[in-house]
Formats: sequence, C-alpha cells, structure tokens
Amino acid sequence: MKEKLQIIWQMFLLLLLGFVSVAGIAFPVVAKPLSWYEFPLIPGLGENVKIIFFHVPTAWLTVVAFLVSTIYSVKYLREKNPDDDAKAYAAMQIGVIFCILATVTGAVWSKFAWGQYWSWDPRQTSIFALLLIYGALFALRSSIESEDKRAALSAVYSVIAFLTVPFFIFIMPRIMKGLHPGSADDTNKGPILDFKMNSNMLLIFFLSLAGFTLLFYWMWRISYKSIILKDKINKQIN
Amino acid sequence: MKAYSLFNKDLASEIRTRYAVNSLAMFILVTISVILFSVGSEKVSENLTGGLFWAVIFFTSMSGLSRAFVSEEERGTALTLQLIASPTTVFSGKLLFNLILVFAMNIVVAALYSTLFDAFIIKNFALFIALFILGNIGIAVSSTIIAAIISKAGSKGTLYPVLSFPILLPLILILIDLTKMAMGGLEAYSAYVELAALVCYNVIMITASYMLFDFIWKD
Repeated sequence: MKEKLQIIWQMFLLLLLGFVSVAGIAFPVVAKPLSWYEFPLIPGLGENVKIIFFHVPTAWLTVVAFLVSTIYSVKYLREKNPDDDAKAYAAMQIGVIFCILATVTGAVWSKFAWGQYWSWDPRQTSIFALLLIYGALFALRSSIESEDKRAALSAVYSVIAFLTVPFFIFIMPRIMKGLHPGSADDTNKGPILDFKMNSNMLLIFFLSLAGFTLLFYWMWRISYKSIILKDKINKQIN
Repeated sequence: MKAYSLFNKDLASEIRTRYAVNSLAMFILVTISVILFSVGSEKVSENLTGGLFWAVIFFTSMSGLSRAFVSEEERGTALTLQLIASPTTVFSGKLLFNLILVFAMNIVVAALYSTLFDAFIIKNFALFIALFILGNIGIAVSSTIIAAIISKAGSKGTLYPVLSFPILLPLILILIDLTKMAMGGLEAYSAYVELAALVCYNVIMITASYMLFDFIWKD
C-alpha cells in the first residue's frame, strides 16, 4: 500500500514538473493575452520573462535548503541526535546544487537581459555569499575527523551564517544599485512585485514553485536516509 | 573579574612573545606595500582607496586574530581553561583581547594608510570615527567566534579566511559604503540606516556568539 502511494505521488510530481517545463517554455508571450495559454508581455523583459519558472524556484530552494539545514542544526545542538546532523548535511548538499543552478541560470539570463554575465547586483551578491557559505561549510566539515565535533561545529557555523542572511535581503539592496526585476530602484519593478503577471502565468509560476519544492523534499529524504544508513553500516563494520 | 584575569594572562604572554603584534605589524606593512607597488604612479580614485582600506584591514585581521584560540589548542592549555573557567568567561576574555588587538591594529593601518595615500581624505571625521569604532567591534566579535570554531578543526590557517569571509561580507560592504560617505563629506544623519545596520550586526553577532560558544568549547 505504502509503495503504491509512493508511486502515485512520484507520477504526480513527474506530470507536474513535465507540465510546468512544457508550459513555461512553449506558451507564447503576446501583447494582449486572450487564451488561457498566453503570457502577457512585460515591458523590458519580453521573452526573457520565461526564466521565472525555472530560475526563481532554484533560488527559492537555495534559501529553503539553507533554512532546513539551520533548523536541523539548531535541533542537533539541542538534542545531540546524529540523525539531525545527517538531515542538515543532506539539505546542504542539495542546497549547493540549487545554488549553483540559480547562479548559472541567473548569469546566463543576465547576459541577455543586462548585457553581461555578472554585474554585482544585490541579488547576485547575495547568491554569491550563499555559495561561499555553502563552500565554507563543506570545507569545515571535511577538515574535522571526529563525528560529534564535526556535527556541532558545522551546526554552529550554519546558525551564525544564517544570521547574516537578513543583511543581504534588507541592507544590500539599499547600498547597491539593483538591476534585478523587483529591486527597489528598478524600472520594471511593477510586473514582478505587483504580480502583474496574469492569472495563468501566476498559476504556472506557483505550480513550478510547488513542484520544485516537492522535488527538493523527495531528494532531501532520499539523501538523509542514505547518509543515516551509511553511518549505520560503517558502525557495524568497524 | 575572571574574564579580566584571562585577558591579563593573554596580554602577559603576548608582551613576552610579541607573536601576534610582530606578525600583524609586518602583515600591515606587506599588504600596504603590495598595494602601493601595484598602484605604481597611477592616480588612485577616492572611492578605490576607501575600498582598499577595508581590504587591508580584512586581510590583516585574518592573519593574526585566530591566535586567541589556536594558541590555546597548540599549547594544549585548552583543557585546563575548560576546567578553571566557564565558557562565557573564556569568550569574554578572548573577545576583550581581540578587541584591543583590532583597535590597535586598525589605528596603525588608518594612520599609515592616510599618510601613504594622498587620495584618502576623510571629510566627515565624526562619521568616520563612528563607523571605525562600530566596524572594529564587529570584526573583533565575528573573528573571535570563527577563531573558536577553527581552533577545533584541522588545517586552521587556510580555513580561517574561508569561514570568516561570508560572515564578515555584509559588515565590510556596509563599512566600504559608509567610508565612501565619510570621504564624500556626507552628513551623519543621511548615513543613519547604515549605522543602524552596523549596530544591528554587532548586537546579533555578540548575542549569537555568547549563545553558541558553549557548543564549540565543550568537548
């Protein structure tokens, strides 16, 4: 019964992500959308707007993975349960994949939208800082032999690193000029912030967000279970 | 009181060996002269000197501030410290020592830097003093807690800047921006949000450090 349920929701996820990918890429952008499958034309973005269905979920999952990792780090520090460390580590591993994806898709998009791959926009700075934090966490973990020490120190570091995130969200956009859609001084701030995307675009955007989040959850579960199992087998052998 | 005696102990051992002070002084000289060589006879813009000032301070901090905890681990005195003092006391003592060190180091950097770079002129001196003090506190707090983390890990020297940079990045970006404001002679009230952000950063980091230090320190 449990396996059947699992297959059903895996099929559901496949269909959801398949629909989102096809719809996000293939639906046309027109000036005055009439049919349900047409996206509105947003001035300054044009066809480039379609990246929202793939880039925004990856960036969102980068932050979600970091949040999950921090929550389980705090839980580890309170209860000292090695499984929580495995969960935090698994979230980190998947988070760094999405972080790289968000950085690369964003850079490629910015080549077409802004003319260059990298321009130290506040969002680019923050995703770069997140990449550095993930990198630092892996560097820290690989340099400690003892399991308890490794779990405790990486938990402490991820909590401290998480505390810098508000500065990137609230302070950086004020200090640096923003090009990213949705920035404070951005001319095409309207469409993204005010959700002037029409209803079908919003629907596909949120479906994509939900689909990717489910995918993350699935990957994370497999990942931490495999880490816990690996530890168990290692202990049995030794 | 106990934290103060721990600080005294660090100070006495520092005066005897002069390890941190010597290496920091040399590092400041080396970093500034590398910048001077690479600039050559080129004219440096004001904004660039404001940014480079904090680059010098960042790298100098990374060279010397990890001593506070790494030296305890290397000498094998960390266990004794764990027995005689509570984690809070240990952290307070080390933080006090690093604060003094950061202030001494950065005053030297500022003095040297302003004599060597003609373009580095501060128009709003009060704002610069404010950002200098707040920035130094932030650097000292963050680098002390990271020093505690890396003292327990292997490959301490290379790990220190790697772990510190993401934590110090928001602080340094705000400081660079404020330095440009102070050099441009902007009134202090227009930099109110940035100064408030610096205070927030310091408060957050001090609180988090005291809360989390127990977990690092206890074996």
